Amino acid sequence: MSTPSPQASGALPILLPPTGLRASLRRIAALVKRYIYLLRSSGVRLVELIYWPFLQMLTWGFLQKYLAQTSSPLAQGAGVLIGSVLLWDILFRSNIGFSTTFIEEMWSRNLGNLLTSPLHPFELVAALSAWSVIRLLVSMVPVAVCAYVFFGFNLLDLGLPLVAFFAVLVLTSWSLGLISAGVILRYGLGAEELAWSLAFLLLPLCCVYYPVSVLPDWLQPVALALPPTHVFEGMRSILLHHTFDVKELWWAAGLNVVYLVAGYLTFSWFLGSARENGTLVQLGE
Amino acid sequence: MDERVTRSSREARASVAGACGGDVADASVPVAVRDLTKSYGAVTAVDHISFKLEQGTTVALLGGNGAGKTTTIAMLLGLVMPSSGEVRVFGEDISRNRGAVAQRMNFQSPYVDLPARLTVKQNLTVYAGLYGVGNVSERIAYIAEDLQIVPLLDRPTGKLSAGQKTRVGLAKALLNAPELLLLDEPTASLDPDTADWIRRKLKQYAESRGATLLFASHNMAEVERLAGRVILLDAGRIIEDGTPASLIATYGKETLEEVFLDVVRGRARQPLERPEGEALPARKAS
Repeated sequence: MSTPSPQASGALPILLPPTGLRASLRRIAALVKRYIYLLRSSGVRLVELIYWPFLQMLTWGFLQKYLAQTSSPLAQGAGVLIGSVLLWDILFRSNIGFSTTFIEEMWSRNLGNLLTSPLHPFELVAALSAWSVIRLLVSMVPVAVCAYVFFGFNLLDLGLPLVAFFAVLVLTSWSLGLISAGVILRYGLGAEELAWSLAFLLLPLCCVYYPVSVLPDWLQPVALALPPTHVFEGMRSILLHHTFDVKELWWAAGLNVVYLVAGYLTFSWFLGSARENGTLVQLGE
Repeated sequence: MDERVTRSSREARASVAGACGGDVADASVPVAVRDLTKSYGAVTAVDHISFKLEQGTTVALLGGNGAGKTTTIAMLLGLVMPSSGEVRVFGEDISRNRGAVAQRMNFQSPYVDLPARLTVKQNLTVYAGLYGVGNVSERIAYIAEDLQIVPLLDRPTGKLSAGQKTRVGLAKALLNAPELLLLDEPTASLDPDTADWIRRKLKQYAESRGATLLFASHNMAEVERLAGRVILLDAGRIIEDGTPASLIATYGKETLEEVFLDVVRGRARQPLERPEGEALPARKAS
């Protein structure tokens, strides 16, 4: 009887090539698998993913219903409020998904293991980004279905632009996530609050619940320099006037490229700074 | 004094001096460190150290708290950037090209955990993916058997005892059968029986794989048992470099622990790279 090879018996590993696209994708997939395991390990986490968006949707849905009965025709407009809430939640939940998953690595004191493995920082970012989308779908799809069942608001009524809106908001959320992850990496868990609050900085500026024209003249260019502003303007345009300006979308996409590059550079700079200052050795302590 | 021991000590010191020269980019040398320094503001954690590790050797970094052991290992891993000097792992500059060699090395420290909520098997599966292990199931099964963690595979990692966590951490560190294994206090806070078991496994691994081991430790018994060479650090500088026996002989002591106490209490000989007659630097507060 022949003896199995050391690789077949597991006595030695079969080591796959460490460089190239396939190796990168394999490492990203391994890390995403880690996050799936984590979510599966706790039913509470799964419920928590849906709980807050569901409450938000209910609250704003009832408000929309009330306004529709008592207020101006504009406020009655085809679910603008509930649409705003759902789109804002895409941005916010995706951002939280990115940032808190990163923080999770620090809480669990696992970052040292990750950063000494063949994982490249870019692959870590890619895994966090991919996972933020998976988390988002897990939390938003049931809530969007409930919005239709309870209030007759069908997010799909936004049509094809919905896909573009989704992409713009998710990309913006990654830029924010990269900045907060970088700051936390450099300054430790003391800066954790940033992960929860950074997206709210955009809330008044990107005109989630009101048009840009409401802002003072001097603030409007600031608002228009933010990609989500174009999404919310576009959504109102579709729901209220049944028109959609594709130029808005291109503008948002271009801005997103700038913000994403800036976000990654910021993250890399903070990572380099953490390596300079030795803070990676003390992470989690 | 035993002439063999004295010669060994001289050879070791000569090898340190020689580490500053030669080809540090030699891919066959697992670790080559040249004139490595790390400063945090006014505090110098590692102060112009140079050494090379040969393939298949087990080397201990020994020193008191704040001697620079962990910082040195962190620089070898690319977790900390040197202020000056050079770290080469298998000939690659670790601060620029870590990706080229990261698969050939691994690391374990009691100060870094595996995710607590994941089961042992899930953690090992994730790290097998990160290290590019192709035969994941077979490799995990083999290592689990070898490190006696089969009954732990389906348990959450956070619910394990310190000894069990160390074994699981070691399993993660051995998944890719690294040619270079870096360990920071591998048996810290373990009971003597478990610590002895871990040392036996490490020795067995190094011998069977021909791997190079570098570990930081405070435990003299561990150093004497495992290491063929000891690099003694104090205030970030290399004070001594030799076999445990040669250090004991050089200091005229009975045990390595007595040598260590002499060093940490400031009664050390002159450091190796320092010109004769120059005073030792003041010790940093721990």
